[in-house]
Amino acid sequence: MFSALIKRNSLYVATIFTGAFAFQAFFDATLTKWYENHNKGKLWHDVRGKFVEGAGDEDDE
Amino acid sequence: MFKSSARLASPWAQRAMATTAATVGLGASYVLYQDSMTANAMTASEHGLHPPAYGWSHNGMFETFDHASIRRGFQVYREVCAACHSLDRIAWRNLVGVSHTASEAKAMAEELEYDDEPDDEGNPRKRPGKLADYIPGPYPNEQAARAGNQGALPPDLSLIVKARHGGCDYLFALLTGYPEEPPAGVVLPPGSNYNPYFPGGAIAMGRVLFDDLVEYEDGTPATTSQMAKDVTTFLNWAAEPEHDDRKKWGLKALIITSSLFLLSVWVKKFKWQPIKNRKIVWNPPRK
Repeated sequence: MFSALIKRNSLYVATIFTGAFAFQAFFDATLTKWYENHNKGKLWHDVRGKFVEGAGDEDDE
Repeated sequence: MFKSSARLASPWAQRAMATTAATVGLGASYVLYQDSMTANAMTASEHGLHPPAYGWSHNGMFETFDHASIRRGFQVYREVCAACHSLDRIAWRNLVGVSHTASEAKAMAEELEYDDEPDDEGNPRKRPGKLADYIPGPYPNEQAARAGNQGALPPDLSLIVKARHGGCDYLFALLTGYPEEPPAGVVLPPGSNYNPYFPGGAIAMGRVLFDDLVEYEDGTPATTSQMAKDVTTFLNWAAEPEHDDRKKWGLKALIITSSLFLLSVWVKKFKWQPIKNRKIVWNPPRK
């Protein structure tokens, strides 16, 4: 499988590009999840309910 | 060499050298002693009392601000501090998603009037505020601010946490550190108050935070220290609005750069392995 991806240069470059894209999305999502869990109770979307009635939609954070 | 020093050390020269050394030494001691008797400038009171290090919930590499505290702090700023202090660098839009919803921030902005473009005849007009407007200060200019405060200028609070040594700790200590009476012997200039944390001790601002001065919407008891903590957190956010994101990016940068560093160490070892392990043998030519 790896040899198939590496043999042709065009495929190799494409592999690197998609890999980088997938990795950064995964990395960013994982870290954001950890960070927000680590700071649970302090972030605005955690405390919002204490001050404002109703769930917020996209336009009204 | 020995000859010449032996010649120098005649009894007269020895005595002269000893006398000179003693005079210089005693003179220097006297000057130092006299200097130590008076110390008016750069004393502890001149610098202000150092604040204790408080356990802020945003201390630490990966800790965000407490946003409920930011919201309460904004309330304290608006109801107390804003009577004298401006917050020039914060616009209503900055509060959205941090301490208020967009509709709340819009509603607060719309309560105020801002200058609009003049009409067709050039008469100035007013319009209600919008999210992009900056929070207005209490005075139109510095002269008005000084005139309203006996010559003292209340500093703009946008960057005050960054602009003072001790940052949050200093602000909290200052706000809660007003004693009932100035200590005996302290002479204050007219119109000033005593605060040990303020460099010099004489501060134009009096104590402003008293228990139950504001009423928090989430029911938190509004003690003096609670309000001081909240407003300090709010001002820390105002000075560093990028704080939460910055710490998240810092975490990412640390992980990526340290793994790339370890990878580079491994690659180096891998590439150098045959070079380090090879054995060079020289076979001398046979005769």
